[in-house]
Amino acid sequence: MELQITWFVLWGVLWAVYFMLDGFVFGTGMLHNILARTDGEKRVLINTIGPVWDGNEVWLITAGGATFAAFPTTYALMFSYLYTALLLLLFSLIVRGVSFEFRGKLEGEGWKKAWDVAIQVSNFLPALLFGVAFGNIFKGLPMDAAGYQGSFISLLNPYGLLTGVLFVLLFTVHGALWLSVKTVGDLSARAKGIADKTWPALLVVAVAFLAYTKFATKLFDNYLANPILFVVPVIAVAALAGIRVLSAKGATLAAFAASCVTVLSVVATGVVGLFPNLIPSSIDPAYSLTIFNSSSSPYTLKIMTIVAFIFVPIVIIYKIWVYRVFRAPVTEEDVLGNKQAY
Amino acid sequence: MDVLTLSRLQFAATTMFHFIFVPLTLGLSILTAYMETRYVRTGDETYLKMTKFWGKLFLINFALGVVTGITQEFQFGMNWAEYSRYVGDIFGAPLAIEATVAFFLESVFIGVWIFGWNKVSKVTHAISIWLVAIATNLSALWILLANGWMQNPVGYVLRNGRAEMVDFMAVVTNPYGIIKFVHTVSSGYMVAAFFVMGISAWHLLRKNQVDFFVRSFRMGALFGLLGVVLVLLSGDFHAVEIAKTQPTKFAAMESVWETKRGVGMNLLILPDPKNECNAVEKICIPNLVSLLAFHDPNSEIKGLKDFPKEMRPPVQATFWSFRIMVGLGSFTALAVLAAVILSMMKSLEKRTLFLQIMLLSLPLPYLAAQLGWIVAEMGRQPWIVYGVLKTSEGVSKAVTSPQVIGSLVGFTLIYSLLGAIDIYLLAKYARKGPDDDLSGIIKPTTVKGA
Ligand code: HDD
Ligand code: HEM
Ligand code: HEM
Repeated sequence: MELQITWFVLWGVLWAVYFMLDGFVFGTGMLHNILARTDGEKRVLINTIGPVWDGNEVWLITAGGATFAAFPTTYALMFSYLYTALLLLLFSLIVRGVSFEFRGKLEGEGWKKAWDVAIQVSNFLPALLFGVAFGNIFKGLPMDAAGYQGSFISLLNPYGLLTGVLFVLLFTVHGALWLSVKTVGDLSARAKGIADKTWPALLVVAVAFLAYTKFATKLFDNYLANPILFVVPVIAVAALAGIRVLSAKGATLAAFAASCVTVLSVVATGVVGLFPNLIPSSIDPAYSLTIFNSSSSPYTLKIMTIVAFIFVPIVIIYKIWVYRVFRAPVTEEDVLGNKQAY
Repeated sequence: MDVLTLSRLQFAATTMFHFIFVPLTLGLSILTAYMETRYVRTGDETYLKMTKFWGKLFLINFALGVVTGITQEFQFGMNWAEYSRYVGDIFGAPLAIEATVAFFLESVFIGVWIFGWNKVSKVTHAISIWLVAIATNLSALWILLANGWMQNPVGYVLRNGRAEMVDFMAVVTNPYGIIKFVHTVSSGYMVAAFFVMGISAWHLLRKNQVDFFVRSFRMGALFGLLGVVLVLLSGDFHAVEIAKTQPTKFAAMESVWETKRGVGMNLLILPDPKNECNAVEKICIPNLVSLLAFHDPNSEIKGLKDFPKEMRPPVQATFWSFRIMVGLGSFTALAVLAAVILSMMKSLEKRTLFLQIMLLSLPLPYLAAQLGWIVAEMGRQPWIVYGVLKTSEGVSKAVTSPQVIGSLVGFTLIYSLLGAIDIYLLAKYARKGPDDDLSGIIKPTTVKGA
């Protein structure tokens, strides 16, 4: 009982941290051709995320693995029900992973152009698809005794799409702030400009999302039952506002921190609302996948808890160390004079 | 085609593709780490150039290993949902542990290694690549314990309509999994050794950078010796483990049809599954199969005829894959011995014929490794978890044929394209030879910020 709740919390944390970390990689990739004007600038952008993107993606692999180990039935049904959406996601992540590595490996113009397009598309699609997938999970999937009644097209409902747009805008702002911190001079100023210009759109969509959530999902039931929980969405809204305020002051690092909090608390808002469901059924709550009817045995959960409580802190420590090693902004001189860079 | 056949095809294709890149990563990470350690110890710049040259090839290969791995992580749920639900209580744990313990370490420190040349100290930099090497080998341990459990399920009970774990230590110390780990990582060391020796041979045949490539070749040869000894020893123990736990696989590997004591090994043999016998059996070494199976020349071997037809694995594929793997193992063992001896003597670059053989042998350990997986996985059929769950019961119910056809076509296209690019890049950078320009490493460019 307690272990299932522990793993629900861990499950939420893994997803939230994943989106916070890979979110700025998605954002950087989406802005790749929009923000950078020259090849040198493009290389700077890639090199800001070069040392960290793979480590960030592993949070997704761990979230997947943790779902498998702690809630195998959810892993099985979620992944097979969302087959086509996941496939598109996989293809994007595959292309994304090699595009960073391959772009700099040959000289030709056409080669680089092709990978530039690949970088942009393969970062945009996952942002959108994750949004659509989570929107539909918040809303619930059409599941009953006979299994799954939906299709890929049925995922593209207005609420799913709105969540998709929310994710895309959120990660755009998040990535733009990352870039304004991690680059210098004109490039950094332009990155901040994009964050500032995108923010109002994000605000509008975020408000629309909250309002629509009230009608399209049951997420607010938990909040109404336990009003104390409202802190989570309140933090989300405050952090979102904080981005604007801090950015206007020119405190881009603080604004980036605020956008980290925004991503974390937006995901947390959804996850708290889901409890104790992992995937609600939109047809009949009796067929919802909950942390109780889809979890592993207490024995497995205990083993996994021990592993997680030993190793996740270690991971966090060396990740912080790495972010400190690479804390300096990336400049064109760094990249051009350095054969080791991407 | 039905969903089951398509899913099997897709799983086999994507996993075997993943395993084109995995073995080189397992071995070359260690070799590169060793080269950098020599550099840090001696200050000899040739070792630094070696680190850079082989490290670059390592990275090009690594990129595809990473992206094809993500597919694997998702596929169990996508295509094998019933399987995942049934065994997730046990099988999910090693996968999650692999990610937490190994993938984080590997992915974080590979970043430090690529980008950290002038950001961290020399020693820290060398430690980073060692951490990568340890992490990749650690990841192999966990995934192979997972696979070992499918081959020889231990530490579980059937309860609540699924297999539930009752003894984690039994899963972690499963002899089948441990032996599999040793055999598979050492096959990776052989792949890396032949990769390094083959490319060095190519340059030596052209008299490029002789000192550099002779030294690389020698390192490859010694590493290959380690690999081949471990591969052969563990291969033998593997066979014993199989004879104990998977009689159907063992019978198919040796094409034994009748149950007998003291079974001999025929060097020439042609299985004839239609007539349930061997069409040709020639040059028999008495009692050898029994000896290999149970380390006892008079032990009894169960023949395939003792099992109903639908419980037997595909005999031809299992038999031939096993034979050819063992054949390649013997040949590569001889090649490694010759390589160790000749690379210790003077003027390796003048032994043209030998160098040509080593160049042409580059793909052989790759081939042996792929065939090994065919033995292991096809030989396990019709079971997905031996004796517990059939492959046909493991497939996803919610997935349709058109969906799997779509994904199979998609994977084929994307994988062939990326695979071709990757091999092209490997060949290009392998031919180019080491770079004398060490800027960005030796003279630190300006380090700003802080
Ligand atoms: C014997 C070794 C071995 C085997 C049998 C497998 N893998 Fe693998 N895998 C590795 C050895 C490896 C590795 C050497 O650690 C890789 C290859 C290149 C790399 O980056 O790490 C890797 C990468 C890799 C990654 C990417 C990690 C990252 O982003 O850094 C994932 C998610 C998986 N694998 C998952 C799997 C799954 C689910 C498998 C089961 C079908 C599997 N691998 C078979
Ligand atoms: C990376 C090296 C591997 C290779 C090259 C490989 C190869 C194969 C092949 C050829 C098959 C098809 C057998 C058949 O259907 O007749 C198969 C099946 C399977 N393998 Fe592996 N395998 C590898 C690793 C693993 C690992 C590590 C696991 C689990 C942890 C695994 C799980 C499975 C499963 C679930 C199937 C059943 C699906 C099927 O029959 O196709 N494999 N594999
Ligand atoms: C005399 C030599 C060899 C023997 C006796 C041998 C034995 C075996 C056996 C019995 C298996 C089946 C394991 C199973 O069903 O689970 C196997 C698998 C395998 N072999 Fe070999 N092998 C030999 C040489 C090689 C060589 C040279 C390589 C590659 C360089 C190699 C790579 C593999 C791999 C990758 C697998 C699949 C993973 C595994 O099941 O361990 N083997 N080998």
